[in-house]
Amino acid sequence: MTVKASSGFLSRSNFGPKALAILIALFLIMFLAVPVAKVFIVAFQDPSTGSFTLINFVDFFKTSLFRESFWNSFYVSSVSVVVASIIALPLAYFTSRFNFGGTVIIQTLGIVPLIMPPFVGAVAMQLLFGSNGSVNLLLDEHLGFTIPFMEGLNGVIFVQSIHYFPFILINLSAALANIDRSMEESALSLGSNGMRLFRRIVFPLSMPGYVAGASIVFIKVFDDLGTPLLLNVNNMLAPQAYLRISSVGISDPMGYVISVILVIFSLFAMWVAFLALRGKDYATTQKGGGGLMKRDMKPAEKFIAYAIVLFILAVVLSPHLALGLLSFGTIWSYSVLPDAYTLEHYVEVFSSAGDFIKNTLLYAGMAATIDVVIGTAIAYIVWRTKIKGRKILDYLAMSALAVPGVVLGIGYLRTFYQFDVPFKDIPLANYWLIIVIALAIRRLPYAMRACVAALQQVSVSLEEASESLGARKMTTVKRIVIPLMTGGILAGFVTSFATAAVELSATIMLVSSEADAPIAYGIYVFMQSAAGRGPGAALGILAVVIVALGTYVSNRIIQKANQKNAMSPDQH
Amino acid sequence: MTQNKSTAGISIKNLGLSFGTTEVLKGVNLEIEPGEFFSFLGPSGSGKSTLLRAISGFGPDPTGSIKIGGEEVTGLPAWQRNVGMVFQSYALWPHMTIRKNVAFGLEERKVSSTEIDGRVDDALDLVGLKHLADRTPGQLSGGQQQRIALARTIVVEPRVLLLDEPLSNLDANLRVQMRRDILALQRELGLTTIFVTHDQEEANTISDRMAVLDKGIIQQIGTPVELYDQPQNRFVASFLGTANIIEGSITEGHFVAEKDFKIPVKTDLTGNIYLVIRPQSVTISETEVTENNRSYSLKGNIEYSEFLGETVRYSVLSNGHSILADESHLRGNKIVANGQDVWIEIEKDQILLLDR
Repeated sequence: MTVKASSGFLSRSNFGPKALAILIALFLIMFLAVPVAKVFIVAFQDPSTGSFTLINFVDFFKTSLFRESFWNSFYVSSVSVVVASIIALPLAYFTSRFNFGGTVIIQTLGIVPLIMPPFVGAVAMQLLFGSNGSVNLLLDEHLGFTIPFMEGLNGVIFVQSIHYFPFILINLSAALANIDRSMEESALSLGSNGMRLFRRIVFPLSMPGYVAGASIVFIKVFDDLGTPLLLNVNNMLAPQAYLRISSVGISDPMGYVISVILVIFSLFAMWVAFLALRGKDYATTQKGGGGLMKRDMKPAEKFIAYAIVLFILAVVLSPHLALGLLSFGTIWSYSVLPDAYTLEHYVEVFSSAGDFIKNTLLYAGMAATIDVVIGTAIAYIVWRTKIKGRKILDYLAMSALAVPGVVLGIGYLRTFYQFDVPFKDIPLANYWLIIVIALAIRRLPYAMRACVAALQQVSVSLEEASESLGARKMTTVKRIVIPLMTGGILAGFVTSFATAAVELSATIMLVSSEADAPIAYGIYVFMQSAAGRGPGAALGILAVVIVALGTYVSNRIIQKANQKNAMSPDQH
Repeated sequence: MTQNKSTAGISIKNLGLSFGTTEVLKGVNLEIEPGEFFSFLGPSGSGKSTLLRAISGFGPDPTGSIKIGGEEVTGLPAWQRNVGMVFQSYALWPHMTIRKNVAFGLEERKVSSTEIDGRVDDALDLVGLKHLADRTPGQLSGGQQQRIALARTIVVEPRVLLLDEPLSNLDANLRVQMRRDILALQRELGLTTIFVTHDQEEANTISDRMAVLDKGIIQQIGTPVELYDQPQNRFVASFLGTANIIEGSITEGHFVAEKDFKIPVKTDLTGNIYLVIRPQSVTISETEVTENNRSYSLKGNIEYSEFLGETVRYSVLSNGHSILADESHLRGNKIVANGQDVWIEIEKDQILLLDR
């Protein structure tokens, strides 16, 4: 460290935070900004001469497979938003408008899909809804027709919609709950009612929440690699990028062109969400009574509502059910249910796939640790110090949101292939630690938000009290700030851990040998062969258990932390 | 905007209302004249806002009858009542411009768009904010939002105007200005108005008549002066202004309370009684005074004093009872020290006796 050299322009009290800020900035530049920049540069570079060119993009749009992939990605994302909306709208409507007993089920529905990554259930869904799946076999036998749920793009749309609709449900429900009752009452007393009132007042006020949720769904589906890969739908953008790099090689410019397009669409969707929300802080609730008027349902309405909710619940739980059946079934082909049941797959998983599990725990644990350390540091630097340019750290970390996993993976391959790991004779791009870093970068925005939320609950006066009693900045941070943030930091850790444990898109690009692979990669490999489906499903169930436990634990931690904070007099 | 011809009186008979099993309004009877400025005054939880909302058509269905301009409105939904309501939170719709907000009620009434433009302009003129027509509510101050909420309500020429604690979100100076403006507007339009508040100064300054509510029951109805001078029960006496209220009974032409507190009174009442006397009707003297035609005299001792600016409020302990006395304060007046023996005089014709 060049402490002496830098202490001249760094004031004493600010030295620690400043040094930390610089270190974090270097880390983010090296592992986020540079790889993404590299992807952009290669996309606009002539492969042979290295000069600036648009020829790669021209080639891209000249190739019919790429044009088709582009439209397919766009089509699948758009239709997924529509289908997800169709699922989410009635659910949000029931909870916000009626005193509905099924509200608990609906809240559960908002979480259940998210604990299983879509690609995990994708293959199992084929056995349930595919052309020779249980549902179509039954339909054919009793009604004489079949529905192509899983044919080609339909399958991707179906799997993605039932996985991602909670983003719309959660955002829309929050927007509806934030509309103050007086908004509606004033319209009523001015002579408006029924559909007109809904169209003129309720709908526009809840629109920003809906658009925010819909744009998240759009990005997630547009960027997703695992689901199309596992469903063997390769004529979409993310799978094309992966296949070009993994089959043609890292010098082929098409993978980079696709990456640029993916990033641009991510930014575009985020921009749409930003526009929708800008200047529209419609949270109008006053102290005390909030939310729209609710009324009791008539018996017939109640019946219909329950029928819809239970139907959606059944559809949403179908990937879990199918995966469970697949993991316990012996042979399941051309039949409604598996022929027989066995524990063999689990035995196989535990005997042969121990490395996957060990790697997953190690990688996700390390990534989550990096996330909360950097997240806490950035939160403190941005919100509690006056260091110049501190906001840049925040933006830099958040910008990871716009970088799809495939793009980060390609960027790492290209950038770090030239760097050898010290004392080892392999490129950094092939070393397992790069997977950890990729996971950490991908999950950092979420962990950081959790840390910022935790820090904002610690009143500045608590720190000032400590300093006025003689504690230095570092001591104050260590003895006051961090202990008070523990709940939020832990929650951030667990969320990061659980989601990193099942991340596939960046991982699949960076795994260089099966011994280094985590569980998500293992599931992908198993699912490639018919014989591997059983063990793959068992591994999938294991992944679901890890994510579910993680989600449960982080919710518990957040609840506990809230209770503790509610008791502290600082809140009043 | 011209004098409102369609303004109506309100007649409420035997109104009751419950939230679940909790009765929030009990046996409310009320007659409000057309064009009257009427206030509901009461502490929080007294049922005043619930009563207002029942008139405008919100909240659970009440029992009894509400008539507006002779028409029974219980059972009518809010949008068919033509009752103007201004909400405590103003409830301006954030996704519409000011002009759109104000035009809303007219559009719902299928008024032609040229007429809407004119009437919206007039309404905005009336509240002096025509220049803000194209802003959105978020860009306006609290006072401006309040005026827009008023404009939005009166532009549809409702039969009555209901104001639910409209000034409670404004700062003190603005509140005084706004209440004068509201009263001026009401007089100009001649619109029957009900104003809900927990602030007695607001109610006193603005109302023709008012009703004091407590625990879901109307305690008393009258002009502000009537209520202050002739409270009918202990609650009204203590809620409006400050009062010394002493529990006792009438024995042989005297009011007798615990610990030898005894003064002669002339009354037809018998049995248990409250004696009510306002602090400004009690004077203190450091030299001995005796009973005369005008006042009774009691010996006491200063417990504490509070300097309030225009007055000094003393608490005098006399025969085991603490009695508040207000002395108006002029420059240079000294404040009597705690523990000092004093004589208090109570003006005879200011004594009020209430049944317990």
